[in-house]
Amino acid sequence: MRRRIGFGLFVAVAVLTLAFLLLPIVGIFVHTSPGKVLGQLSNPVVEDAFIVSLKTSVIAQALILLFGTPTAYLLATRRFPGHSLAVTLVELPLVLPPAVAGVGLLAALGREGLLGSSLSALGITLPFTQTAVTIAVAYVASPLYIRQAIASFEATDRRLTAASRTLGAGPVRTFFRVELPLARGGLIAGLALSFARGLGEFGATIMFAGSLQRVTQTLPLAIYAEFDQNFDTTLAMGGVLVLISALLLLTLRIALSWQRSPSSGSPSLFGISSSA
Amino acid sequence: MATVTLERLSVPLRDFELGLSLAVDSTVALIGPSGSGKTTVLNAIAGLVEPDGGRIRCDEETWFDADRKVFVPPEERRVGLVFQDYALFPHLTVRQNIEYARRKGADEYLDRFRIGHLERARPDSLSGGERQRVALARALARDPEILLLDEPLAALDAHTKVDVRAELQQLLAGLEIPTLLVTHDFEDAAALAGHVGVLVAGRLRQEGTPADLVARPADPFVASFTGANLLHGEPDGACAGTTGVRLDDGTLVRTSDEGEGPLTLAVYPWDITISTARPDDSAMNVIGGRITAITELGNRARVTIGPVSAEITVDSLRRLGLESGRQAYASFKATGTRIVASRGGTE
Repeated sequence: MRRRIGFGLFVAVAVLTLAFLLLPIVGIFVHTSPGKVLGQLSNPVVEDAFIVSLKTSVIAQALILLFGTPTAYLLATRRFPGHSLAVTLVELPLVLPPAVAGVGLLAALGREGLLGSSLSALGITLPFTQTAVTIAVAYVASPLYIRQAIASFEATDRRLTAASRTLGAGPVRTFFRVELPLARGGLIAGLALSFARGLGEFGATIMFAGSLQRVTQTLPLAIYAEFDQNFDTTLAMGGVLVLISALLLLTLRIALSWQRSPSSGSPSLFGISSSA
Repeated sequence: MATVTLERLSVPLRDFELGLSLAVDSTVALIGPSGSGKTTVLNAIAGLVEPDGGRIRCDEETWFDADRKVFVPPEERRVGLVFQDYALFPHLTVRQNIEYARRKGADEYLDRFRIGHLERARPDSLSGGERQRVALARALARDPEILLLDEPLAALDAHTKVDVRAELQQLLAGLEIPTLLVTHDFEDAAALAGHVGVLVAGRLRQEGTPADLVARPADPFVASFTGANLLHGEPDGACAGTTGVRLDDGTLVRTSDEGEGPLTLAVYPWDITISTARPDDSAMNVIGGRITAITELGNRARVTIGPVSAEITVDSLRRLGLESGRQAYASFKATGTRIVASRGGTE
């Protein structure tokens, strides 16, 4: 009897927790309808913010992919003095409050900052530009991709890389033909998480890039700016972000299920047809 | 056929240092308990492990030389390594696995290993025997100078193992390259290789033909490890539920197992009784002849008569007054024999 009450209590707590997590989403879609969301998309504030968000996110994620993948691979497969320090450093933006990250970027790359004079000598001004948004997003979102990428590369069976070498493939061919395809599920999952985090970026962006419509005002910044003027617009933008997030969450689930069974006939990044 | 030579190779392992010299110019087996450094030997030859000292040469080509600081990376060594669990690429099909080693001419290997019908399958859908054929095809598709097999039969269940062992025997007999295989099973080693080395804690305890090791084990460890006598012969009639096997020296032996074609029988030395007069008991097999060798190992002794070695206590040895050259009889039961393989091209 007592066991049954205990179990019931767990179920109740779990239901309450899940309801709590879902509540804000329900709130948004109760207040606004899909038609309203679509109608608001032609609102110039929403349109501009959407474009800024999309552009900066895509560029930032491309940079994370380009720089994060080799870094993660090295940290996953090589041991060297200072290895754990390097892994900790990768995770630093994850624990740093975003506003602090923004101040830090300003102090480092701003006109008066650490590298400011060298940058202005080259004629580059970063703060309050769209480039600044991209930098802030890349800084804050990168750990989510790199951490997942390290875990994925670490999970690759070392015997498979050894087999590749004995079959005549050098380290580079082994990376592209064996290690990258086997880690791809995890890499895509990491990128989905990183994308979601970057899309929601607020604190670091507003400190380092400000909130100028058409230039640096991303969707989250526009939500904040419109909040006390037009609540409907705010809700519409919220709806857009919820839909994108749902899509990313789905990508994440699918990518992770690939990672668990890399051998089952899943589509490949490299145009290799799956088995019939 | 090329010769791969290991000279004073040394590799530090966790509990001991692996140190050995070995020449591989035919099919050679390294046997030893797990953790004795067998796989490390293969990895060192393949270039997956860099030894501390010594040399590895393939004919005149140096693959590793500690003194001259030569280390040829694995992709430049032309070694065919078949991993214990085969290490097939799970994201590639059977054909793609083979094409990984050889861009053109994969069909020849698909045909030769009878895996053409599996070319589009992924490794996880294959049986153990099929996986091994793919792994062998992939390793040989590289045109290696030496074939390295890591526990080729350990991943298979007992039933599949006998068939696969026979297949492997045939394959190795027809290969034109030296082969080094490691196993913890003396029977497998004896069935596949003409030359066997016993590796214990990183050292070669003894080397020789399988028959040498059974007849004259260097120490008790080798004796217990190299268990069985292996008798080669042809089936010669069945009677009363037993199969007759005519051994190569003409002796007729009976076994309770059934088999066809050229056969190899295993009999354990401790299942063989030695007597000075022809015994009259339930044992169906009696081999009479002069004792050719006696090797004492502590309180036990190996006594060789004709094709078999018996293990008896030193007490019995003294009591019967056995010595080399003396006429004696080795007897064992038909139920004490096992057919371990149809005979391939070993020895």
